[in-house]
Amino acid sequence: MNVVTGRLNDFNEREAWRYLGYTAGANGLSALTKQCGGIFEECKTLVLQVQELRAVYEVFDVRECEGGLDLGFAFTASRDLKKYLAGCKKLVLFAATAGAGIDRAIAKYSRLSPARAAVIQAQGAALAEDWCNFLHDGFITRRGALKARFSPGFGDLSLDIQRDIFRALQVTKNIGVVLSDDCFMTPSKSVTAIAGIKD
Amino acid sequence: MTFTQKLQNSMVVLDGAMGTLLQAAGLAPGEQPEEWNLSHPSVIQGIHEEYIRAGADVIYANTFGANALKFGDRTEEVVRAGVTCAVRAAKNCGGAFVALDVGPLGKMLSPLGDLPFERAVELFSRTISAGVKAGADVIAIETMNDIYEAKAAVVAARECCGLPVMVTLVFGEDGKTMTGTTPEAAVALLEGLRVDALGVNCSLGPAQMKGVVKRMLAAASVPVAVKPNAGLPSCVDGKTEYSLDARSFAEQTASLVKLGARVAGGCCGTAPEYIRALKAALSGCRARAVKQKNSTVVSSYTNAVYFGHTPVLIGERINPTGKKKLKEALRSGDVDYILGEAVAQEQAGAHVLDVNVGLPELDEPSVLARTVREIQAVTALPLQIDTSDPSAMEAAMRVYNGKPLVNSVNGKEEVMRAVFPLVAKYGGAVIALTLDESGIPSTAAGRVAVAKKIIRRAAEYGIKKRDIIFDTLAMAVSADSSAAAAALDSMEYIRRRLGCNTSLGVSNISFGLPCRELINSTFFAMALARGLSAAIVNPSSAEIKKAYRCYLALTGLDANCGEYINYASSIAAPAVSAAAETVKPAPAVKDLKDAVVHGLKDRAAKFAAELLKSLPPLEVINTRIIPALDEVGAGFENKTVFLPQLLMSAEAASAAFDVIKGAFSGEAEAKRIKIVVATVKGDIHDIGKNIVKTLLVNYGFKVYDLGRDVPPERVAEEVERTGAQVCGLSALMTTTVQAMAETVKLLRARCPGVKIIAGGAVMNAEYAANIGADVYCRDAMATVRYCEEAERALG
Repeated sequence: MNVVTGRLNDFNEREAWRYLGYTAGANGLSALTKQCGGIFEECKTLVLQVQELRAVYEVFDVRECEGGLDLGFAFTASRDLKKYLAGCKKLVLFAATAGAGIDRAIAKYSRLSPARAAVIQAQGAALAEDWCNFLHDGFITRRGALKARFSPGFGDLSLDIQRDIFRALQVTKNIGVVLSDDCFMTPSKSVTAIAGIKD
Repeated sequence: MTFTQKLQNSMVVLDGAMGTLLQAAGLAPGEQPEEWNLSHPSVIQGIHEEYIRAGADVIYANTFGANALKFGDRTEEVVRAGVTCAVRAAKNCGGAFVALDVGPLGKMLSPLGDLPFERAVELFSRTISAGVKAGADVIAIETMNDIYEAKAAVVAARECCGLPVMVTLVFGEDGKTMTGTTPEAAVALLEGLRVDALGVNCSLGPAQMKGVVKRMLAAASVPVAVKPNAGLPSCVDGKTEYSLDARSFAEQTASLVKLGARVAGGCCGTAPEYIRALKAALSGCRARAVKQKNSTVVSSYTNAVYFGHTPVLIGERINPTGKKKLKEALRSGDVDYILGEAVAQEQAGAHVLDVNVGLPELDEPSVLARTVREIQAVTALPLQIDTSDPSAMEAAMRVYNGKPLVNSVNGKEEVMRAVFPLVAKYGGAVIALTLDESGIPSTAAGRVAVAKKIIRRAAEYGIKKRDIIFDTLAMAVSADSSAAAAALDSMEYIRRRLGCNTSLGVSNISFGLPCRELINSTFFAMALARGLSAAIVNPSSAEIKKAYRCYLALTGLDANCGEYINYASSIAAPAVSAAAETVKPAPAVKDLKDAVVHGLKDRAAKFAAELLKSLPPLEVINTRIIPALDEVGAGFENKTVFLPQLLMSAEAASAAFDVIKGAFSGEAEAKRIKIVVATVKGDIHDIGKNIVKTLLVNYGFKVYDLGRDVPPERVAEEVERTGAQVCGLSALMTTTVQAMAETVKLLRARCPGVKIIAGGAVMNAEYAANIGADVYCRDAMATVRYCEEAERALG
């Protein structure tokens, strides 16, 4: 099991704007940032300040078996995951979080300034995504992982597999993320994913 | 010898990992280790015996995860079996202390997660009661990521038994727990709860723990425990291996003992040979004596605030006495107003916030506890729980996440008897007023005598001098010209001779005089110069700020006068205040409508105030604010305006409404439709619901917000109570659609007339129709439009 921490100096702003509903059309970002740029920048400073990036990962063997796949940490009958993992002998399973500080900031501003809460929410999601990209890039270069990744809830892969992931990676112990009975994660800006490895 | 005696007299060696050994013995992945207490008791007992033979003084029963969330009705059986294995091993091997191992519940406590504090206490109580009955000698609460959960476990232990309690938390290499608690804040809270030992376990190896252990040792007045992993984990051939062998682990852990830790053992990756090596490495080590730190400290869940160095400013603004707006906010349950005050005081430089919600018509225990919880969700400052009602004090101290400051006790026997047991149970520093049954002594000597009595009585409850902060009562100098002298003389005596910290409510001194701020700030400066440790003030008062900044510069508490210089330049050229516009560049706005459209809060408030001089309030709303909101709302619907802009406009409109509210004075509500909103049971995602609420309020609707994770019965009750015509329900998760369906069903049965709106990420028109809602609203604007239609239908 590998536990890592990190810190990012930036995140993909365009992605955060997109979560907020902006689309780069005729009324592209430049025109819109004028009005909201102030709070966007203010919130960005806060989000980067309160980030607590942590992750845990592990490599497992994948085997086809009757009725589905043995993922090394769980059995699944998901056809979409099987399609994604076609030709893979191994996979990297990881859980990553941007930390509880962002949830606290969202809770705080949802009472004080809903506009800021919405922006922090979007930026936190963008930050978590970038943190996953950073980790995933490492898996691609060091382990030859596939460029796409697959998360619980994609296609026909049920969220229930979160329970197996949490057990296999000891996610709560290692990075402080807990799973609700409904398989949602707290802190909310957390991601679990699988990246297949061919060879 | 009891565990407590052992702890006081010598080093204590704990055992090592259980899970690691069980896996080696064949525990299957995914199998609960605690099941083995019943299925393989001899294996469990054998591991304990190995640890005792290796030299462990304390063995942790295999009960780490034995709670009712995992084991339900079998909890007691599993705990009993686990403790029994350990007790048998101890007997077989000539004795060891048996610790009931209490690990985290695996759920996040609210407000971050969905597990209520009291439910956590209940769950821990079940495990602990069973463990105590089975014969445990000590309660070992360990591997806690969240200090609030640790508090719930300690409260449960204290309520179930008189056994000693040891708590170890997980820290990251950044020196904080995963929920952001510093070692100092952790020590403050845990010592407040009177744990017998505290420390660090898991997550790090001994070398990486050093920084945190040093900080704990510097802060703690009880023994510090360390239970590191066998170094850092790595993955070799699919198996987790740790970086340290037994010898290196023992050497590095022994160096933590040399720093002053008195309790040491091993966590993940360790085995009996690690404990044997540790025991050997410690053989020549004398346990370092625990020094009493005598610090007066309070804490929030993240930070500790110390008294006695830089004077502490306690913000006084959350107190309804003489504040019409706050009274109204409390009566109408408008927590947002209070939260705004909390954040404003934090930005103005307060270190601690006083919280007083005492109004005769309120149920103070529940309102105070709720207010404390809500304020803690928006600020990391420690709070001063201010009430004269002991049941309110207890309710608030219990849910408070940290070590609170309690305001107040005094020399009256009845008051001491009510307050001291609470401070003893929940921890806290307490403000003590120097008055008693015969009133406020007019002389300094009289007040000192009361202080001495309070110190004596507190000691009988085990409350140390360091946890009492004396307020020698500044009375109106206009009524008694010796009032300032009596307060200051006694304050100085208590500070210098009795060695206690002091606090004063500064503003009473000027009662009955003009230009009160002048008297207040001068008195404040005089008191600081004579040793005042803290003051209850309005941190936004310019005069108080001046006196405080100057005092720090003049007494060398402000290195190179840096803070003073910053402050001075800020008053020379007024800087943009924290509440001011952050939108740059500010577009040219000509009127209220413009200000709302552009989302400019301050401008909107100013224009509203201006307009109210010539227009009735309702007209300002209907001809300026609503058209502005409509314009932005239409933009949102056409996708030319996006969510942040919509919300910024809403915030600007709120600012204008706040001004207008003051002018309303009893006029009818702008709208007749009342709406209850809630995120349904099981769902803790409330951002969408909050956005809907914000917009509805701005359009003049009366909104009752029940929050998140709301049971169907609560929704129905509120609709009945308020006579709301519309009820908005939100669900984000597919799993909670069912809860929404149940809520709709109950509403149909109990409140036949109510119109039900369904919304949230997983909803659509079809779903909404299926579960029997009246309408699906895709976003906040759609909800507003629907409610406006309902308003028109009322005619």
